[in-house]
Parts: sequence; structure tokens; C-alpha cells
Amino acid sequence: MNDATKTRDPIIKFDKVVKRFGDHVVLDELDFEVQRGEKVTIIGPSGSGKSTVLRILMTLEEINDGVVYVGGQPLWHQWRGDRLIPASEQHLRQMRSQLGMVFQQFNLFPHMTVLRNLTEAPVQVLGVKKAEARQRGLELLEMVGLADQADKYPHQLSGGQQQRVGIARALAMRPKVMLFDEPTSALDPELVGEVLNVIRTLADEHDLTMLLVTHEMHFARQVSDRICFFDQGRIKEQGKPEDIFTAPKEERTKAFLKAVLDPDD
Amino acid sequence: MEWTSYLAPLSQGAWVTVQLTVYSTILGGIFAFLFGLGKLSHNPLLKGISVAYIEIFRGTSLLVQLFWIYFALPIMGQAIGLDLRFPPVVAGVVALALNIGAYGAEVVRGAVQAVPKEQYEAATALNFTSRKRLWRITLPQAIPEMMPTFGNLAVQNLKDTALVSLISLGDMAFRAEQIRNFTQDSVTVYTLVLFMYFGMALVLTACMKLLERYVGRWRAVGR
Repeated sequence: MNDATKTRDPIIKFDKVVKRFGDHVVLDELDFEVQRGEKVTIIGPSGSGKSTVLRILMTLEEINDGVVYVGGQPLWHQWRGDRLIPASEQHLRQMRSQLGMVFQQFNLFPHMTVLRNLTEAPVQVLGVKKAEARQRGLELLEMVGLADQADKYPHQLSGGQQQRVGIARALAMRPKVMLFDEPTSALDPELVGEVLNVIRTLADEHDLTMLLVTHEMHFARQVSDRICFFDQGRIKEQGKPEDIFTAPKEERTKAFLKAVLDPDD
Repeated sequence: MEWTSYLAPLSQGAWVTVQLTVYSTILGGIFAFLFGLGKLSHNPLLKGISVAYIEIFRGTSLLVQLFWIYFALPIMGQAIGLDLRFPPVVAGVVALALNIGAYGAEVVRGAVQAVPKEQYEAATALNFTSRKRLWRITLPQAIPEMMPTFGNLAVQNLKDTALVSLISLGDMAFRAEQIRNFTQDSVTVYTLVLFMYFGMALVLTACMKLLERYVGRWRAVGR
């Protein structure tokens, strides 16, 4: 079952992670691993904790129990001797530098030009020289096909273009892991393709680790090394895309896939 | 006496009113940011001080604050061996600034909180420090939203300066009172002063509009 080419050195590891919102248990002692360079898609019904996994990794959501590891280091904790204590802001900042996130609603900075959206964090956070950040920003815009939009403001772009800027902005920080939180859910149907194409290029050409939450099942099947079906805060079933999509074992998975793939039945 | 002879002393008073307005509005603006951001702080001490300041100065009369700073503070200072006697101008500017700063602080707090939390999350994901997040992401989006209310507060402040005549500061209201005492010509004097305040308010409003337009460049157009 184990892919021999992959070392057992997960870049992401959830160890019995519990996340609650009030009485509602979103993640129920979740165990989950992602290998370096792996492209994993999380699917599942809404409220199953898919986005929460990404938001916990991006440190936007705290955990209630368990330990999350990124690159072998605890994310929400730090070691003191052989004990884990809650992470300091300094530790969180260090850990965050390995991760980049693409948001459902793009979340571009509306008061900055497109290029400035890409250069602001490298200059202000990483201390990259302005000229260098600009050069890299233009290269990234070229990659997402928006080199001619550098001086526009986000509101002057279509949703699809804004999301491509969002992807470029995250890449500008040179993360090791890219998190995509329903990147096409807020887009008009005709704009979904251009964004998926950019993500597909990334998946094909880069050695990035990618973790995706999406409802685009055909796309998930094409780009993923592994599909995880989440249900009620746990992984109900996971495996290669062919196996999950053509021969799911669990009843819940079958029902979910039937509902999303043939919504008219 | 001709009404034109009132103009020289009134102009002198007007100049004092302008200075009071400008200084106290600027100082009040600084207080507004200091305590408005302080109220949003996670530090309980900063937050506590800011909340106390805002509530005390919004909840008491400007006139009493003015008298307290000018008359009561020096006596209390004497009791503990400090010289807290201020010239009327300083007492006036400080009282006005503290008062307008308390209202302004609530405006700052509201505008900062109105910046969508998604912006905060995007800045966190890009690993901005909390200070840079504030200066680079939050404030540039919040300040344009504050400006219309700040404009109103500045005009309010101009009109409130008339109260400082009660601590014998020679502003426009003080001069008007002097002339009236001397000539008994209430109608002319106060009509003149009414128009002078109105003229100043118009100029001040125009200035605030210019400032609003200037910081509006930071606002996302069409949002």
C-alpha cells in the first residue's frame, strides 16, 4: 500500500487533533499526514472540518487538543525540555514562513496595486530588496498570466484574475506547503477554469506540497496524488483518486460522490 | 460706535480661536489614535487606561473638565508639591484635545474593527508582525473611513473653543463679551461673531474635505 518512493517523513502530521467550536466537535481526534511534495485533496460534506484543517495549519484557528507537526516541528506548541508548551508568537511566525494560503474570497489588499500585493510581504516580512521583490513579483504575474495587470487595483480585476493574484501573492513568500481553501468556490462558473489551470501548472511543475479543499471533483482527480474523504471531523476514507472515485468502499463516500457527481439523480 | 471698529478686537480673538482649534484638533487626533488603538489592545493595562479615559471624558462636561484642569489641578498639585499651574492657552488646548480625543478614539476603534477580518487573516498568512499588520494593512483601510466623522468632530471642536473664554482666554467669544459689556450693542456684536464662526467652520470643513480626499487614495475605489 505504501508508495516506496516516499520516505516516511511527513511534512504535515496531525496527531489526535481535536477542534471544537463551542459544543460542536469539528475535528475529532484527527490523524492525518501529508508527505513532502505530495498533492492531497480533501473532499467531504460542508461542516466536515475540511477548511478547518487548512486554517489550523495557517495558524488562523487554534486547536483544543492533540499536536500538529509541520516539517517535524510542533506548530501550535514548542518544546521546553521534553515537554510541549503552547507556542509563542515568535515560534508561530517561524512556523508560518513554511506555509502559504489561497483563500476562497481571495482576500487581496484592496488599497494596493496588484504588484504591490505581491511585493509588500516579501519586502516587509522577509526583508527582500524592493527591486528584487518587484522582479520576482513580475515573474510570478507572468506565470499566472497577469503581467499586464501589475499596476491595476484588485477591484479592477475579475474574480478569476484576483484569485490568480492571490496564488501569486502566496507563492511570493516561497512557502514549502501551499494551502488552497476552496479557491474556486466564489467564482462565476466561466472563471473557474483559468484558476484551476494555474493550480494545475503549479502541481505539475513544482516540487511544492499542496493541500487542497475543493468541490471540483474532476480537477481533484487530475491533480491529486491522494484524496481524503472527510466526514464528521475524521478521515472516513482515503486513497488514490482512481480508487476513491471509481471504487469507494465506504457507504458515506459513495453517497457523497453520487450527490456531487450526479446532482440531478 | 461704528460696527467696523469691532473688527480689530474680534480679529485678534479670531486668531486665538484659530490657534486653539488647530492645536487641540491635532493633539486630539493623536489622543484619538493612541487611546482608540489602546482600547483594542490585548494588554489589559493599556485597554483599561484607554476605556477609562474614553468613558470619563465622554461622560463629563467639557466646561467642568476645563475648570478642573485650570482651577482644581493647580491646588491638587500644590498639595503634593508639584507646580501644575498652566497658562490658560495650555489648559484650554489640553482640555479641548482630551475631550475631542475621547470621541475620536471611539471613531478610530470603530473604523479599525470595521476592516474585514479576512484582511487580518491574509496579513497573518503572509506572516506580517502585528505592528506591520496595523500600519500596512489595517490603518490604510481604516483611516479613510474615519475621515468624515473626524471632519464633524473638528467643526464641533471649533465651536467648543468658545468655552475657553470662561478661563479668561482672549478668544473670539471673549472679545465679543468685552465689546458687548462696553457698548451694550448685543445684536451687532453677536451677529458678527455668529458669521465669523460660521466662516471659520466653512474653511475648516473645506480643509477636512481636502484631507479626506488625500487619504481617500488609500481606499479601494468602488468598495
